[in-house]
Amino acid sequence: MTPSRAAFAAILGKDLRSELRTLQSLPAMALFSITTFVIFRFGLDRTHLSGSLAAGVLWATLLFAAVLGINRLFVTEREEGGFDAIRLAPIDRSVLFSAKVAALMIYLLALELIAVPIFALFFLGSGAALAPLVSVLLLADFGLAATGTLISSMAVNSRARDLLVPLVLLPLVVPLMIAATGATEPLLVLGGPGYHRFGTWLMVLGLYDLIFGLVGYAVFDFLLED
Amino acid sequence: MATERPAEQISAAEPALRLAGLRRDFGERTALDGVGLTLGATESLVVVGPNGAGKTTLLRILATLLRPSGGEALVLGCALPAEAWKLRGRIGYLGHEPLLYRDLSGRENLRFHARLHGIKGEAAETRIEQLLAAVGMEARGDGRVAELSAGMRQRLAVCRCVLHEPELLLLDEPDSNLDAEGRELARGLIGPDHDRARVVVTHDPERALPDADRALLLGHGGHAVRECAAGELDLEQARLANAGASR
Repeated sequence: MTPSRAAFAAILGKDLRSELRTLQSLPAMALFSITTFVIFRFGLDRTHLSGSLAAGVLWATLLFAAVLGINRLFVTEREEGGFDAIRLAPIDRSVLFSAKVAALMIYLLALELIAVPIFALFFLGSGAALAPLVSVLLLADFGLAATGTLISSMAVNSRARDLLVPLVLLPLVVPLMIAATGATEPLLVLGGPGYHRFGTWLMVLGLYDLIFGLVGYAVFDFLLED
Repeated sequence: MATERPAEQISAAEPALRLAGLRRDFGERTALDGVGLTLGATESLVVVGPNGAGKTTLLRILATLLRPSGGEALVLGCALPAEAWKLRGRIGYLGHEPLLYRDLSGRENLRFHARLHGIKGEAAETRIEQLLAAVGMEARGDGRVAELSAGMRQRLAVCRCVLHEPELLLLDEPDSNLDAEGRELARGLIGPDHDRARVVVTHDPERALPDADRALLLGHGGHAVRECAAGELDLEQARLANAGASR
């Protein structure tokens, strides 16, 4: 294993181990999602949603739940000296970015394993759309993880961290959310999944991922400078 | 030991530190000003001065964690900040924070740092056990750091600092939170009896000066008051410097 891969595995393993022990992010994200679905169910007074409304409810809920995890992503590095430890080690600092993106991806996938079936139970007639939804979730999660990691690393040193993350992140992920809901909408139409412009929206998601993945990787080193 | 040394490892004849007019500003406030000194590859430097004299700032600059605002700094032959990347992995830094994750155990923390520094597998495990034994922490190594006392955490931090066998130790109050036994055990790892350079920031010159080759006195505002051989500095002067009365 190259030093960078070993460092990547070490940082990712450390984050996952800490989360499993402390359960600081995932339970809060899952609970938020379930509560929001309940609020939507009674707020909209609908037992069934389809098309753009269903896609909007799903992605708005997942996005705001993700913000909870993004807010805490670098807190241990800030409070327990992780930034200094990584800056002292003979590794490319972008490894920290990659490991945090991977950790956030895993949190989001774990969240969706809980939240999406509950969404289907609350609002969808069948689970037929869930299989093709996986590709949308994966692409949108990567974009959200890359952008979220970048913004979280910038905001973590601020006392207004909890305010800054949503204020800066949400405008940046508007294109991602448009593409994610655009790709999800035909999957959730009444009468089973459709695929109208599905491929186009997946390509937009892929392009967003590529741009923000590369930007994050390129600028992260500078963000860690004093 | 499995740590791979970088090709640019310092030669015995090359000084570990060569500083000239080193300065660091935080906004309009100058934290460190006019620091100049030369430290040999196996020498120890003790830095004394009152609170706010820039001692920690000096260490963080030497550790490449802060950029100098002015002056010249050559650390292990690398110019800062341009060649800071060449220094990473060659410095052992023991600051005010132990740089240990509270939710991991001592062993897990040391394994994490070993992997960051490219120490792998069996070599890492052997080194970790050797270090834990050296500071009397073998039995407590599996306890979460959050559950350890401050002194135990400091012992682990000492292990973390020397895990990768650095060429230069930067120690900020290394005895803090340590009892007499802990100080003695830590001394075995970060004391002067190793062939490497050390910079020790201390408020306890009585204990640090006998081990030092050179001394640096910093005054209020980070001004270098005096740089000399440790033997030339009398203990009373060092105490006064710590109290901020050396000028």
